[in-house]
Amino acid sequence: MTGATVTAAQVGLLSCDACQMLSRPANATEPGFCPRCGEALEVRHFASIQTTWALVIAAAVCYIPANALPVLNTTTFGTSEGDTILGGVAFLYTSGSWPLALIVLVASVMIPLGKLAALVYLLITVQRGSVASSHERTRLYRMVEFIGRWSMLDVFVDAFTVALVQLSPLMSVAPGAGVLFFAAVVVLTMLAAEAFDPRLIWDATNPHAIRHG
Amino acid sequence: MSARLESDSVACPDCDLLQRIPTLPPGGRARCLRCDCFLAKQSSGPSDLPLALTIAAAIAFVVANTSPLMDLSVVGRVASTTIAGGAYEMWLEGEQIVGVLVAFCAVIAPGGYLLFMLTLLLAARRSPPPRWIAELLRWAHHFQVWSMLEVMLLGILVALIKIAQLATVQAGIAMYAVGALVLLVPAIMVTFDARELWQRIEWVDGEMPLLEPADGVAAEPRR
Repeated sequence: MTGATVTAAQVGLLSCDACQMLSRPANATEPGFCPRCGEALEVRHFASIQTTWALVIAAAVCYIPANALPVLNTTTFGTSEGDTILGGVAFLYTSGSWPLALIVLVASVMIPLGKLAALVYLLITVQRGSVASSHERTRLYRMVEFIGRWSMLDVFVDAFTVALVQLSPLMSVAPGAGVLFFAAVVVLTMLAAEAFDPRLIWDATNPHAIRHG
Repeated sequence: MSARLESDSVACPDCDLLQRIPTLPPGGRARCLRCDCFLAKQSSGPSDLPLALTIAAAIAFVVANTSPLMDLSVVGRVASTTIAGGAYEMWLEGEQIVGVLVAFCAVIAPGGYLLFMLTLLLAARRSPPPRWIAELLRWAHHFQVWSMLEVMLLGILVALIKIAQLATVQAGIAMYAVGALVLLVPAIMVTFDARELWQRIEWVDGEMPLLEPADGVAAEPRR
């Protein structure tokens, strides 16, 4: 790279996460709060790597019961039947609306798995101090951040199905145990993406950068 | 050495590179020199447009939360639900945590975002703007991340099509209001220029911090 590539951290400046105000803290180890908006200041997110790993592992663990347990229990004339997330996709597919089946499959299965894989890849490359393909990794991170919310789709589908189909004794739908784990996967991966600090990707390319676990 | 940072200096939120935002033409956008992260924009519309859109969105939000979302009828029996009803039924059926999460993402987060934006946009009409709007702007940003109206709308549509196999379903007024919100909220975010507002909020000692070393900072981001 030609020209100057000076980062704020290299010259002892801190950028506020909320308002992007640059400030120079009196005490670098305890930077305190943004003088303009009051947000807590950090050079890099606190314990970013450890926190992200913890949240990613927790989400991966929750992913198993989220798919194995039923998310909806349908009771028709006294007989009860459980539906998993993949069962819901299969139901949509066999009932003829394959575009919807595809949307739910992407949002509930592929996005959570893709997010977990992407975060693990980002964590490992940052920990190994990799300097290759920083642009691509930053773009990957932005995609994870942007797309993550869409996996909430199935939680909303379940909530509104339960709210509407309350016609006992004819037919009623209740949430299954899987929905809690699935919601946990969504929230944990969103928090993991927030905990990960993309600036760590670039710190390896700056020779004098301060290293923060 | 007493060089100070220019007030148009920023550190890229994604890669921490120090650079200056050039004067942008109306409708112009600045991206990070190194990682292409979006840094700043210059709005081109009238300055009251974000406020007008926020008022419209607040009205749509009230309608969306007070009128029925959809009705279902099967062999003479009718059921209907609202947005809050979706969360409440989850709570009643023993999934309290999921119920709270649905309520937060579908009602509290978008409602809080709109309330904070409405308050701060009205307050920002004063010159200079009061300092407390900085706190509101910060909170609006945090709430906006968890506001998932567009995901909820798609979720409702999927649920509707699923149920339509079993019973007659009809979209209610709230459904159209949510549709309007899904368009209005991104419109607020596109037209609202947070950087311009932040610059008008006075900084506590009015001066930018010292820059050391003083060389090699003035990188011009491309548009």
